[in-house]
Amino acid sequence: MLRFSFRTVVLLLVILGCSTFYAFTSQTKNKNTFLSALPDNAGLKLPSGFSAVKIIDSSARTRHLVVTPQGIIYVKLARPKDGKGILILHEDSHGKATITGGFGNYGGTGIFLKNGYLYASSNEEIFRYKLNEKYEVINPDDPEKIVTGLKAGRQHETKSIVLDNDGNIYVNIGSPLNSCQEEDRKPGSMGIKGCPLLDSAGGIWQFRADKLNQTYKDGIRYATGLRNVVGLDWNQQNNSLFVMQHGRDQLHDLFPEMFTEKESSLLPAECMYVIQKGDNAGFPFIYYDQIQHKKILAPEYGGNGKTEGSKQYIDPVVAFPGHMAPNGLLFYTGNMFPAKYKNGAFVAFHGSWNRAPENQAGYFVAFVPFKNGKPSGDWEIFANNFAGVDVVKSPRQAQHRPCGLAQGADGALYVSDDVKGTIYKITYHP
Amino acid sequence: MTKNIFVFPILLMMVASAQPSDKVVDMSKVNPISDSSAALKRGKALYATYCLTCHQADGGGVPNLNPPLIQTSFVTGNKEPLIKIILKGLSTHIDIDGESYSNNMPPFEWLKDQEIADVLTYIRNNFGNKESAVVKTELQKVRSSLKK
Repeated sequence: MLRFSFRTVVLLLVILGCSTFYAFTSQTKNKNTFLSALPDNAGLKLPSGFSAVKIIDSSARTRHLVVTPQGIIYVKLARPKDGKGILILHEDSHGKATITGGFGNYGGTGIFLKNGYLYASSNEEIFRYKLNEKYEVINPDDPEKIVTGLKAGRQHETKSIVLDNDGNIYVNIGSPLNSCQEEDRKPGSMGIKGCPLLDSAGGIWQFRADKLNQTYKDGIRYATGLRNVVGLDWNQQNNSLFVMQHGRDQLHDLFPEMFTEKESSLLPAECMYVIQKGDNAGFPFIYYDQIQHKKILAPEYGGNGKTEGSKQYIDPVVAFPGHMAPNGLLFYTGNMFPAKYKNGAFVAFHGSWNRAPENQAGYFVAFVPFKNGKPSGDWEIFANNFAGVDVVKSPRQAQHRPCGLAQGADGALYVSDDVKGTIYKITYHP
Repeated sequence: MTKNIFVFPILLMMVASAQPSDKVVDMSKVNPISDSSAALKRGKALYATYCLTCHQADGGGVPNLNPPLIQTSFVTGNKEPLIKIILKGLSTHIDIDGESYSNNMPPFEWLKDQEIADVLTYIRNNFGNKESAVVKTELQKVRSSLKK
């Protein structure tokens, strides 16, 4: 048996300590030299040739945003700040933006620019504001109410909006329940037969973009079986609606005998769907399993994690890993970024909470290449490290969480964060 | 390598000073509740099974969705409303210390009185909280008040 004297141990420790210390100091020195030669890109990790700046830390809960051709930025806030639910930002030539005004006394998420109007939503209504030729809002205190009386549960209450090229506006109405259980989120509780809430929620509704005071009876349930959509956009190449669904939570918590914690952290997929009128994506009866590449019958409706569900439901066009919370979708039509990005999709992932006790995931902006309105390659992480920490165990640790996406007239990409109200601007300089 | 010569005495001091701090702190003596280490242990396991996904490992909750348990008036205050949340769940809109949270919490009335008492004792004495234990009889009292 080997025996070391106390002196030997101390000596060994000291030698080990010295070499570690030496290695550490020399490494730090090199790292600093390396860093000082590069811009910090506002803390983001980006592909080569791209750079990022924070144009503002607004301390508001900034959700979706739009940028006008003149560079005015309108940002929808989850909660009004000083009584204003929409912020007006102007950018200076040094890459800094200032708040130059605000209007709309309601919180919400949705905002969209089309045909001389700014559209914005609360959690129950959609408004529009006429713009002048400089894209300034003419009557900020007197918007037209386009849609009213939309259902808003406690959860999935936000209303994202997008317009097509034929005078229609699309709005998501999220399911007020996680998986349509008889008792929401109760372990073992089974699904409500037929899930009747789908008559007025859990889908996308279409309304006219120019008709006032519309309610459910004036709209069309354009697509159903979508649990909750926050990111959505109109694809101009195939003239279709694309949505990002937030998949259901808590497979393990609710059915521990069928799903491990690890499986539950990865499943179900966060799905990108292309939506045609009348489509059904299958919530709450099925979920998409991106590992088996199958639509699986939900445990609330008799499933066991393996049995496949009905084939009548549409398949996703992209299936991302679970719970990453896609809050923003933008098809890039600008000319600033390299050709690979043209007409592709950027997806802002707010970041998961539902993976605990496993590490959380998301907190980045992903990119999906597209050709002729269809994904043409694997998705990849485009902008990472919004969280500012290597490992997120709990979402509170994330310093920033990406939410909204917008494209500037010059092709720059804007990303909002609803933790600190930071707006990032990402540009490309080869 | 000249650097190492200067580091040598500092490391020696560090090794020397590390010796006395090895004392183990007896947590049961610091804890405000005397005979509850078994309850805390059981409560911790129950927390991991039924509460952790939403309220998180650090009790910090999820902003806008699931309320934190750290120094929250609902956790550190009067026990009766807290017991009622476990028994009845929470699916109405309420503000907790000025913030709102949107996810529904299911009722956990099907857990045994002792289990609920244990998990509440655990959350009231974790995440920076130091409050009195919850005991079985308090559960029985609230349960019977809800039946009336």
